[in-house]
Amino acid sequence: MLLDIAGLRKSFGAIVVADDFDLTIAPSEAVGIIGPNGAGKTTLFNLIAGGLSPSAGRIRFDGRDLAGVPPQGRCRAGIGRTHQIPQPFENLTVFENLLVGAVHGRGKSEREATQSCGEILDQLGLIKRANTLAGALTLLERKRLEMARALASGPRLLLLDEIAGGLTEGECAELVTTIRDIRKSGVAILWIEHVVHALLAVIDRLVVLNFGRKIAEGAPKEVMARSDVRQIYIGIEA
Amino acid sequence: MEAGTTTPKRSYRIETADRVSRTAAVLAALLLLVLVLLPGFAGRNLIQDLIFLFYMMALAQCWNLLAGYAGLISVGQQAFVGLGGYVLFALTLIGGVNPLLAVPGAGIVAAALALPTALIVFRLRGAYFAIGTWVVAEVYRLVFAQVKPLGGGTGTSLTPTVTSSVPGIEWIKTLFDVRTPAARDIASYWLALALLVATLVFVYLVLRSRRGLALGAIRDRESAAASLGVDIDRIKLAAYVATAAMTGMLGALIYLQKARISPDAAFSVLDWTAYVIFITVIGGIGTIEGPVIGAIIFYLMQRYLADFGAWYLILLGTLGILVMLFAPRGLWGLVAGRYGLTLFPTRRRLVVDEDDGNRP
Repeated sequence: MLLDIAGLRKSFGAIVVADDFDLTIAPSEAVGIIGPNGAGKTTLFNLIAGGLSPSAGRIRFDGRDLAGVPPQGRCRAGIGRTHQIPQPFENLTVFENLLVGAVHGRGKSEREATQSCGEILDQLGLIKRANTLAGALTLLERKRLEMARALASGPRLLLLDEIAGGLTEGECAELVTTIRDIRKSGVAILWIEHVVHALLAVIDRLVVLNFGRKIAEGAPKEVMARSDVRQIYIGIEA
Repeated sequence: MEAGTTTPKRSYRIETADRVSRTAAVLAALLLLVLVLLPGFAGRNLIQDLIFLFYMMALAQCWNLLAGYAGLISVGQQAFVGLGGYVLFALTLIGGVNPLLAVPGAGIVAAALALPTALIVFRLRGAYFAIGTWVVAEVYRLVFAQVKPLGGGTGTSLTPTVTSSVPGIEWIKTLFDVRTPAARDIASYWLALALLVATLVFVYLVLRSRRGLALGAIRDRESAAASLGVDIDRIKLAAYVATAAMTGMLGALIYLQKARISPDAAFSVLDWTAYVIFITVIGGIGTIEGPVIGAIIFYLMQRYLADFGAWYLILLGTLGILVMLFAPRGLWGLVAGRYGLTLFPTRRRLVVDEDDGNRP
């Protein structure tokens, strides 16, 4: 297993945001997570990427226990992430944003990293913006930059946090194509999303979270057909 | 990862310098030549003024690297100015070391003491870090006020033997046909110029390196930098220790030129930190050009407005507030933003080698 989470628990005082959570992801598998706001989805990403440490349980990546490994160590181990609200380095150019990931996440020299960064920018449709300051990008471009930058760090698992939110239908369709391509190149994907139709176009398996607990897991269509899942999603997903 | 399906494989490379920065490099070389030769035809007042300008500019470069890039807003850099000055006095007066050797000595001592200082202040964040650095600087001041061989609370002076023992003084005297005090100023001027150039080259090389890339990322968005593999704590510590060493050497040089030191002056938060913050903020924080522009503006204001007494400080404060409100990226930021200028080419530009009209 690439990612192996067992008995994960996180509480802030009396508030439990992840409760006895298990999840495994195989290499180049794509798994989606849905759940209402406050279900603990982003907290889960922070636990995996290292921004938070769990109250109990363990996370293994490629057989290695991640306890005590700081965020930069997890990036170097092969976990890349995007943020729900894009966090570009605004006074660096788009290309320099990617270089940060390639140089520090992958240990390459700037010269060695240039070719792969150029190719990623090309693949994600950002090549014409390569020398633009990241602060000048549109929302769609910022979301693409989030992915491009994470890819530049050479991940084997990519965590996508509501990457399709706020985009138009057309933009969303483009994004789905890009994510499929990334997956084809052998990167495993764990994707949190409210835009369920985008998610279903990519993933092999769906997990439903509610109040920090996993309430359903399985083939996407079967999970979406379950009445308890539909109940939680009334008003959110038609 | 393969590029698009139909396009042939493109090759990419990095380019750093552009036409403006190449012209700027030629102009900078010419300016440097003029500055080196300046003592031949400039008066002693101008030489003394320029010494002041050079070390303020160099101190501002150091503070900018620390605060503007590494996000470490220190208001305690006077700790290292004073420390450098006192180490120079101790090494020359008590140890009998040549002043020219005492300057790098001060840098080494400052770096060595920056490590334990960092252990204390790095536990603090944001405003607490700022206050912590100030408190540490006060501790340094109080400690040096206890050292009787260095004059205790009232301070002490360098003996003429020490100040005249800077190598080259005799040579300068014959070359420019001047007396010893003027020759000392010229020697200090060259030293200040050399240290300023060294600081600029150092900061530039750091920003061009992989650490510079990380510093830019930390400046813009610290949490995202960590999730891209940047070891934030290590880079911050390196920036803190390196700027402490540079600041310590500058402090040694400043007090070699002043030839008199006291704890209150050497550890003055106004002279060595408040003015330096002013310079960096009005020039443009987080850019290498900003402190250069800021120091020149500060020098001109000091030169022409200092006679107005309190009004001078009020004007200084007003200008600082106006810039912070209306040009938060400083005066250089205004110019650079409008015309896309860079004098020091720290940008890494991606160039596509294939003529398909798809150039970035």
